[in-house]
Amino acid sequence: MNLHEYQAKDLFRAAGMAVNPGEVVRDPGAARVLAQSFGGSAVVKAQVHSGGRGKAGGVKLARSPAEAEEHAEAILGMSISGLAVHQVLISPIEEIESEAYVGVLIDREGRCPVLMVSAEGGVDIEEVAADNPEAIHRLRVDPRYGLLPHQAYGLATRLYDEPKLASQGARAIAQLYQAFVDNGASMAEINPLIATSAGQVVAIDAKVSIDDSELFRHPELAALRDPTSETAADRRAREAGLSFVKLGGNVGCCVNGAGLAMATMDLVKFYGGEPANFLDIGGSSNPDKVVAALEIITSDPGVRVILFNIFGGITRCDDVANGIVRAVERIGFELPLVIRLTGTNEEPARRILSGAGLAAAASMDEVVEKAVQLAAG
Amino acid sequence: MSIFVDEKSRVLVQGITGRDGSFHARQMISYGTRIVAGVTPGKGGRDFAGPGGEELVPVFDTVADAVAETGADCSVVYVPPAFAAGAVMEAADAGIDFIVCVTEGVPVLDMTRTHTFVQDRGCRLVGPNCPGVISPGKTSLGIIPGSIVARGPVGVISRSGTLTYEAVRQLTERGLGQSSCIGIGGDPLIGTSFVECLAAFSEDPETEAVVLIGEIGGTAEQEAAAWIGEHLEVPAVGFIAGRSAPPGTRMGHAGAIISGSSGTAEVKTRAFEDNGVRVAMRPREIASLLQELIGG
Repeated sequence: MNLHEYQAKDLFRAAGMAVNPGEVVRDPGAARVLAQSFGGSAVVKAQVHSGGRGKAGGVKLARSPAEAEEHAEAILGMSISGLAVHQVLISPIEEIESEAYVGVLIDREGRCPVLMVSAEGGVDIEEVAADNPEAIHRLRVDPRYGLLPHQAYGLATRLYDEPKLASQGARAIAQLYQAFVDNGASMAEINPLIATSAGQVVAIDAKVSIDDSELFRHPELAALRDPTSETAADRRAREAGLSFVKLGGNVGCCVNGAGLAMATMDLVKFYGGEPANFLDIGGSSNPDKVVAALEIITSDPGVRVILFNIFGGITRCDDVANGIVRAVERIGFELPLVIRLTGTNEEPARRILSGAGLAAAASMDEVVEKAVQLAAG
Repeated sequence: MSIFVDEKSRVLVQGITGRDGSFHARQMISYGTRIVAGVTPGKGGRDFAGPGGEELVPVFDTVADAVAETGADCSVVYVPPAFAAGAVMEAADAGIDFIVCVTEGVPVLDMTRTHTFVQDRGCRLVGPNCPGVISPGKTSLGIIPGSIVARGPVGVISRSGTLTYEAVRQLTERGLGQSSCIGIGGDPLIGTSFVECLAAFSEDPETEAVVLIGEIGGTAEQEAAAWIGEHLEVPAVGFIAGRSAPPGTRMGHAGAIISGSSGTAEVKTRAFEDNGVRVAMRPREIASLLQELIGG
């Protein structure tokens, strides 16, 4: 789960980090008042779950309260990567001497958290990694001991020559790591961590993703989910325990298992079609989940055919068949259904389907090819 | 032969009285797995009834008690996500050598600590969020359906569950049996990697070819490809799921997300091909490519 910048900054402040002040507002008039309180000038930043906010025009400097109001009004009306902006963060403008990058994420190969720092901050770190990889310094953290003081200091010396700045940088790095661990994050970064002309190290941006599997431990973080950042279909899927990603094609897909679901989408493309979505009904076999899945797929006006690909293991094919029949009765959609069911309880599943006038094939290629043809025709 | 587990493995089931644990314990017993004990805290002293109602499996409160009484050396963990990492560490502490963690949704930071703990005790963990390991005709630890496998010369390693079943059943239908099939798990942080499985298969004289079923996200396939290029002496076939996935979006598995340029299907495919791994563009081609390589 991604947090907004202002939410991530609150977590960093709670860890003791020096973070630039700011307040989030939803109406342009409040931006003017805040800019006034910051001495007249302010930075206005869109709060939206998307990278590249600056490039999209979602970050603007205002030299007067009136300008802050204008910028806030413009940004609050825009969409970035298809997401409408409902909130802007208003902060004072800092005098920047230098910009660094500091981040923590999970190192899959090392099976541990890894800290990454670079003196080339304030730009896309992916670009630095591609163009100038030696500018990024990495440190794998032993989870038994956490980040040790000399390690944090060692990284900070890669960012700052000035000893006073290095010790402040070390503190920020240690606080970032602590915030990462304490909040069950999968990623936490500051870009940029600035040194001000007054010699202070301050975080002026913040990005945090919480590991979805940690949310049961952190109800206070789960409550930070922004309902406006989710579509109705996304929310319905999350509440029903389905993994769902809308893709934009016309072949609606309903599959059990993430790997098979991806392979099914790929096969739709292989046969010249476009998948409308990724949807994994998961391992449990609950007919209600299938009903929810069909409600979500049929709510997409672009879908022209619905493709089921079920390989029964833990999932029982008869449960899925019951869900399909129930959904057809309840929702009453007209879209063609192309069904592949195989594995656990395949025979009773076929009987259930044929009782409702539906047929199932046994081969994945066969049904995908047929679905693509139906979608095109 | 087979890797990691065989008919001699003495298996205990953690969470044997739960919904998933009890169902799969019975499935495993039916397949022929030697289930010697179950563990559920608070339910020690009971007996768990096998599929026919006759085979009784003793249930213990702790893994240490179960090991002391039954000599169990492997464990399969079906406990809920909040307790899964603890269950794995308990098993490693009790001297279990090989653990399969089926549970999905285990916090990644829990796994960072668990991994070092397990490694320090000389124990191997497969998973979490995985279907487990089956050595056809010998034993099954996890949830891979016994009906789709057959004994033979192909080693299968996969990050997926049902996609593995799809591929393995096609192998079986074409007469290409398997030495062992290992689902290593769909999480970002897993106990056993492709490379570790490859190293084990390369020591197994009966494994004549290897199948790797990967997906988008991370660099495990690239590491496997590099290892194959340098060490593997038998032919290998690969498949990557998620060619059509958009970058930056998690596709079901917590580990299946393209971040940056390294996790894409194209990069992984190229790494395979550069190291002599034949890449199937759809699941059914896995079996046909293998037939070209090893006959059968």
